[in-house]
Amino acid sequence: MTDSRPIDSVVLVKQVPDTHHITGDAMTRDGTMNRSALPAIFNPEDLNALEMAVQIRERHGGTVSVITMGPPKAANILRESLWRGADRVVLLTDRRFAGADTLATSVVLQKAVEKIGRYDLILAGRQAIDGDTAQVGPQTAEKLGIPQITYAESILEIAGGRITARRALDSGSEIVRCQMPCLLTVVGSANMPRPPSVRRQIAGKLAATPGEYAAIRKQWPEFETDGALEEHLTAHDLRIPVWTADDIGVTADSIGLAGSPTQVHKVNFVILESTESKTIQPTPEAIAAMVAELVHEYIVG
Amino acid sequence: MTDRKSIWVSIEHTDGRIADVSLELTGKARDLADQLGYEVVGLVCGYEVDELAWEVIRHGADRVLLADHPELAHYRTLPYARIAITEARKRRPEIFLVGGTPNGRDFAPRVASALRCGLTADCTELQIGDYHVRREGRTYKDLLYQIRPAFGGNLVATIVNPNTRPQMATVREGVMRMPAADPSRMGVVEPVTSEFEPGDFALEVLSREVRHSTVRLKDAPVIVSGGAGISDADEFALLRELANLLGGEVGASRAAVDAGMIGREYQVGQTGTTVRPRLYIAAGISGAVQHRAGMDESSKIIAINTDPNAPIFQIAHYRVVGDAAEVLPMIIKAVRERAIDGRAAE
Repeated sequence: MTDSRPIDSVVLVKQVPDTHHITGDAMTRDGTMNRSALPAIFNPEDLNALEMAVQIRERHGGTVSVITMGPPKAANILRESLWRGADRVVLLTDRRFAGADTLATSVVLQKAVEKIGRYDLILAGRQAIDGDTAQVGPQTAEKLGIPQITYAESILEIAGGRITARRALDSGSEIVRCQMPCLLTVVGSANMPRPPSVRRQIAGKLAATPGEYAAIRKQWPEFETDGALEEHLTAHDLRIPVWTADDIGVTADSIGLAGSPTQVHKVNFVILESTESKTIQPTPEAIAAMVAELVHEYIVG
Repeated sequence: MTDRKSIWVSIEHTDGRIADVSLELTGKARDLADQLGYEVVGLVCGYEVDELAWEVIRHGADRVLLADHPELAHYRTLPYARIAITEARKRRPEIFLVGGTPNGRDFAPRVASALRCGLTADCTELQIGDYHVRREGRTYKDLLYQIRPAFGGNLVATIVNPNTRPQMATVREGVMRMPAADPSRMGVVEPVTSEFEPGDFALEVLSREVRHSTVRLKDAPVIVSGGAGISDADEFALLRELANLLGGEVGASRAAVDAGMIGREYQVGQTGTTVRPRLYIAAGISGAVQHRAGMDESSKIIAINTDPNAPIFQIAHYRVVGDAAEVLPMIIKAVRERAIDGRAAE
């Protein structure tokens, strides 16, 4: 038995530096970060969360909204979200959001979700690859006063205002049933996110925040004024709204660096301890000598 | 209740057995508390689990807060968080440590959010130290230094929470050393009442499947690990062959796990298992700090990599610049021949 009632989902996503493919170029000689050497990508498990939300809509109807907090260029992953099936997207950007730790981030997400209004489910990736903390989901759920299902791998049923899901844990698994609204964090094994749809990409190629109008008009000079472009985008649901701290009603002391209880005391560029070491040639003789030494020292054998 | 400042440890347990990480953290809390003159408090939620409370005391706690209630028989976010939040508001711990297990990572942020306090995930080291803030012209004394790799592992950051309490941190299993139990150690088990709200039971567990991991990386005397430089299943089979020959286990870097070469339970490193084997062989692993954080205390390290500048070489005792696919068979052959020689000599 499935509910005939449509399910409205809000998906929390993040643009992250691609730390999995970090190269030597990412660090400069003096130990500072060369950010341009790191491509910014859609956080992988957030794609699983988006895919889950789209599948829920396919089954139950309803809507999929996607929000992200980040710099203006995070609009890229919102465009991608539209191409991957989101109905609406919102960019939360404001200088005052900068420097937020997980707690200060969850304050902004809470207020943004509340501004969106009605929802049954909130979905987010289990964790973001730039910090691997897995904290923002539960912290947002706590602030919204709703229960959470972390490490969600599959949804078994949505019925009677409740969701039944399977949690994938290191030590096994759990099947839980939870009242909605609730928040799910989704693991990477949950599904295979579908690629952006070509049809949606063509229809949505102009999707933009107001801050991007100038760049778009340079490429498409037929829009002679920002107003003309805005009219076109609004008519086609392609205008990506931008919400600032004032729009969502958060106080400056609860967000960004000021709202973050954790502070970075110091950052050390990793200096490796030098170990007494031997270089072994990749030849059978040298390898055999190394093994003999390890046997002699009772390390092996 | 006492007015002594305290360090809390959340005690996780399944089927009447305390998770290793909780006892490891109890031991670490003991070290930190001894430096500061604080009390170590274990927080045990469960049903008919008073025997577990005494085990926590034997591993270094001075006091256990015991919430014993049928609704707490198994971990659930909201009832467990309710107890922690209520008691922390009442007793104001300075520090609160939680194991970095899936359920620990479910629980800790929920509690930190309610208490509006700072939380640092997956610390690889915890220390006590001072924090000077120049623009305020003041020094915060005796803060918890929460040390963890950051930004893809090229940096190690020391995080502090100067203004909020408790200072919360999660730590993965195996990062801290397991303390020895002291059967004669005394302590106080203090029952705490469980006052729930109806919303705390919004989630019910319908079924639970506990898989007792057969992977015991933490205790393996030898670990042969593969990384991004291991390109296919055949090469990975060489790791297994060598591991079996040496009586050890296979391990992997995150890159190999992400590439689907092997399950996540084999991952060594900050977000996997921390290991200290007698011998660690890193084949085709470049050695990002997250990986090194999980194996750099191995007694002997052999690194095999085609890139002579791979960071793993800087902590290796034996550096083999070469292709793992060629070097591993040489090691396997040499070990086999030693074994034959050894038998011949007996």
